[in-house]
Amino acid sequence: MGIIIGKDTRAIVWGITGTQGSFHTRLMLEYGTKIVAGVTPGKGGTRVEDVPVYDAGQEAQEKHHANAAIIFVPAPFAADAALEAMENGIKTLVIITEHIPIKDAINVMAYAKQVNATVIGPNTPGIISPEACKLGIMPSHIFKRGSVGMVSRSGTLTYEIAAGLTRKQLGQSTCLGLGGDPITGLNFVDALKMFKTDSQTKAVVLIGEIGGNLEELAAKYTSEEAYPKPVVTFIAGRSAPPGKRMGHAGAIVLGKAGTAENKIEAFRNAGVKVAEKPNDVAEILVKLIKT
Amino acid sequence: MKLFEYEAKNILAKYGVPVPQGGLASDPRQSREVAARLKMPVAVKAQVLVAGRGKAGGILFASSVEEVERTAQKLLNMQIKGIPVKNVWIEEKIQVKRELYFGLTTDRFRQQYVTIASGVGGMDIEEMASKTPERVITTPINPNFGFHPFQARQIAKRMGYSGTQISDLGRIFEKLYLIGMDYDTELIEMNPLVEASDGKFLAADARMIIDDNALFRHQEYRKKLLEGESELSPQEVEALKNDLAYVKLDGNIGVIGNGAGLVMATLDTIQYYGGKPANFLDVGGGAPSEKTALALKIVLSDPKVKVLFINILGGITRCDEVAKGILEAKQKIRVTKPMVIRLMGTNEQEGKRILTEAGIDVLESMEEAAQRAVEISKKGGS
Repeated sequence: MGIIIGKDTRAIVWGITGTQGSFHTRLMLEYGTKIVAGVTPGKGGTRVEDVPVYDAGQEAQEKHHANAAIIFVPAPFAADAALEAMENGIKTLVIITEHIPIKDAINVMAYAKQVNATVIGPNTPGIISPEACKLGIMPSHIFKRGSVGMVSRSGTLTYEIAAGLTRKQLGQSTCLGLGGDPITGLNFVDALKMFKTDSQTKAVVLIGEIGGNLEELAAKYTSEEAYPKPVVTFIAGRSAPPGKRMGHAGAIVLGKAGTAENKIEAFRNAGVKVAEKPNDVAEILVKLIKT
Repeated sequence: MKLFEYEAKNILAKYGVPVPQGGLASDPRQSREVAARLKMPVAVKAQVLVAGRGKAGGILFASSVEEVERTAQKLLNMQIKGIPVKNVWIEEKIQVKRELYFGLTTDRFRQQYVTIASGVGGMDIEEMASKTPERVITTPINPNFGFHPFQARQIAKRMGYSGTQISDLGRIFEKLYLIGMDYDTELIEMNPLVEASDGKFLAADARMIIDDNALFRHQEYRKKLLEGESELSPQEVEALKNDLAYVKLDGNIGVIGNGAGLVMATLDTIQYYGGKPANFLDVGGGAPSEKTALALKIVLSDPKVKVLFINILGGITRCDEVAKGILEAKQKIRVTKPMVIRLMGTNEQEGKRILTEAGIDVLESMEEAAQRAVEISKKGGS
């Protein structure tokens, strides 16, 4: 099963004619994802990887009845694309675009709440349910079908840890990138809730980083709910100085809030295992699953 | 992008938020001119973008034009936490009755802007939240609804005010929200917001951070940032111009990697094995040779760097391409310092062969590579 996406996902690519959009459309198609249409204003009537391109979301939707959108549109126009997708009835959105202004992201999330849409990202590698569907830009050969659910705020670090799991024959149900921005759609608690009821998922790996308090809230949730599946976490940024933005817009320690120590302590207090180094995640998981 | 106090105060004043009378000076003569227009006593405040400016001696007081000049001279010759003071802001001292706090920030969990207010000012938000949580008034803002006068008045009321002061204070809150929206701030705060002895309210200090990702809508500030009129070091500006994320740290292991999370984890792993990273540098996806060359140049501009640790997780990018990029870059800028490289991803073996033949250490795991870099960094003292 996995969460959010699956075999019946039918996606429209916003920004399909761009370098990133067209390249990843090809890779997603090769992975077996159903990409039914693309949208780029002014490029209607053309094709990318044999996928028809439309000028507007409405036209694409009328002809193809998609249920998902993946957005590669440049930052200044990305919020507009997300609103267009939702206005045309799409309820699952993956926003790959990095550098979207906070104000724009807040407007997108407010509308998503109003129309009950699920937003993944922005600034995310996307989501993959190995051997079923991929709506994203991650290198698919690193992943393998299995029973570990992964949720993360970072791309390459997720690949690093997923590769470690795959080497130890620990496949994944779904790997979900929340995105590296301060304002994102789904958060850790949302993902934990979904993995809780997903029958394929037997354990969860949660990869957090400095900035904000979403990890702390996830720790609180796991302890309050007596979370029924094993959870292993890794938190990046123990060595990050306060006040400096570490690559991701959301990865910044302000004052005493958002430090790695805070998050690690919150998880330990909640009885969740915290890995010291990325590759310890797989080892801890192997032990947890065996016992 | 952090704005200087004087920039923030000028914006506040433009929107009609009362601020103390004041002016900017970059030399003692100018400070005299500014002081001559003001009522004594005045505060002379170093314009630097570091926290804890007051405690570091960056805010002084003066009660005559001559004293202002001497004080300005003193501050302008000072460095605060390593940052030279280029300007001072001179303003009339206020008779304080009560210090308050009001700010607008984002709530990640609610995915909304939120105003934070407190009848106790002067501390930072986190300190306030932990010391006097019962006095912190949080108001989430639904962007489809906005922030309205009745909400602003309600906050003023909850801070303990009555009569005309409710509307006076409410109007200041509304204006601050408006500035936040107009300038795309990720944080704007008046701390303290002061109730003067005559019952009037003034922003005694103001802090604004513009969302870097929204700078395309605020070209004048983008220009300032790129011209170095900000807290960024020259290396950080150079990185920014080329879409690299660089943060200088104070160790001796230069680090280059792709992806923010991976680079952070690389720094953590170095620290875990007892080493000290010299920087954070994320080259982003692909890492073509020009970008790698630039990254090497920026990292090596720090004379403390003894060894370079490059951690690339190829993913979709081919490792052989990355390896060639590293070699080209190495030749282009003549790297003489030892390098430790960790490559993982498509065509890993080919990438490894190319680098090994060129005499560069390539390791399989991030942990091994980090240990090797730490070992080299400790050779021959510091």
